[in-house]
Amino acid sequence: MRSKVLAVLSLASMIPTLYMIFFFAPTEVTMGNIQRIFYFHVPLATGGYVSALLLFVGCVMFLTKRDLKWDRFGACAAELGVVFVSAQIVTGMIWAKPVWGIWWTFDARLTLQLVLDLIFIAYFMLRAYLPDREKRAKLSSVFGLLGMVDVPFNYFAIYMFPTQHPQPVLGPAGGGVDADMGTTLTVSFIAFGFLYAYLLDRRLAIARVEEEIDYLKQVVFAHE
Amino acid sequence: MRPAAAIVVKDIVIEMRSKESLSSTTMFGVLVLVIFNFAFEPSSLERALIAPGTLWVAISFAAILGLNRSLAMEIDNDCLQGLLLAPLSRGDVYLGKVASNFTFMIIAELVILPVFVIFNNLKFNLQFLEIAAITCLATFAIASVGTILSTISANTRMKEVMLPVLQIPLTVPVVIAAVDATGRVLTGETKEISSWLYLLAGFSIVYLTVSYLVFEFAVEE
Repeated sequence: MRSKVLAVLSLASMIPTLYMIFFFAPTEVTMGNIQRIFYFHVPLATGGYVSALLLFVGCVMFLTKRDLKWDRFGACAAELGVVFVSAQIVTGMIWAKPVWGIWWTFDARLTLQLVLDLIFIAYFMLRAYLPDREKRAKLSSVFGLLGMVDVPFNYFAIYMFPTQHPQPVLGPAGGGVDADMGTTLTVSFIAFGFLYAYLLDRRLAIARVEEEIDYLKQVVFAHE
Repeated sequence: MRPAAAIVVKDIVIEMRSKESLSSTTMFGVLVLVIFNFAFEPSSLERALIAPGTLWVAISFAAILGLNRSLAMEIDNDCLQGLLLAPLSRGDVYLGKVASNFTFMIIAELVILPVFVIFNNLKFNLQFLEIAAITCLATFAIASVGTILSTISANTRMKEVMLPVLQIPLTVPVVIAAVDATGRVLTGETKEISSWLYLLAGFSIVYLTVSYLVFEFAVEE
């Protein structure tokens, strides 16, 4: 039931979002149409940070409660983290090619996101090489915790370097955006929020089934 | 403090008898410096720009090698079991291993740093204190996070291969701080390194505390 509601909500919010991004939002003066990718890029980045936070919560909860449910939760959040951060990096590249003239530069913000992505991927590599379920949960939770503690340090280290990435337009230090652009971004945030919740819910359900299959396999092989 | 010291003494005694870990890590660090000189063939101007980077790549790679060795040594003859059976808290075992890894890395750096100075035609009296502060803090940061990560990776099927995959992304802030601070010392802007030193110190303290608390999960059977 919950997943159906989330599916309907994300579909229902995604359609007007797409309409607003491509028709309602005004065209940016200097960059032109390519700027519209901003409405995808920013919510994707936020999704990446939400994943980092959820992975942190999952790891801490697993280490304190020892319930495999939290390990699954952390792993699913981290998987969405890889998807969202990678998508964010790719949309950033598509934007950077016409605007900066290059796909990639080791600039502060880009490096920050890349390192976050690499930590998520390292977390999965570690899980893949730990066949034992309990051990996998324990060790990957320790690593996930250490990895997410790293995020603020990365932030400080990298922000002490000069950047050419556009400064944040929202928030106290930002210059603000056109009202219609602001509305489009807000709607986009809502749509991506529903999408994120839907994907996480589905992924958790799949993870539960996977675990059940693993358990049944063991039972069957034990009887043979 | 005493149990940690006992672990350091134990590791030093083993190293003095086997003489395998320290020599190979030091040699590896020096070789990385040599390779970089071939790879870039820097002129004297470019040298100032890339030198700090080569130094810290050499140190962090050598550290990974040493950390792998340090845990493999414990696992080989089930020494880790013995260590865990000893009447110490798991956190103390962690602190002891951090201290011994730190000691070995510093000894290796005592060779790597002079070689670095000679290869790059720098002056030996160059801001000794600043370089010592950066090196000690960054090495401690690498040792504090590397010790627990090497324990994790030793439990996997891939063992040696896993550690760099886990460690390199996590030590990005340390390497950034160390490279930039070293670069500033080499170009004489020593006043601006204090914020990097704070970052390194903060990183070490946070990782030491978190790892101290979660180390028992990493060694538990």
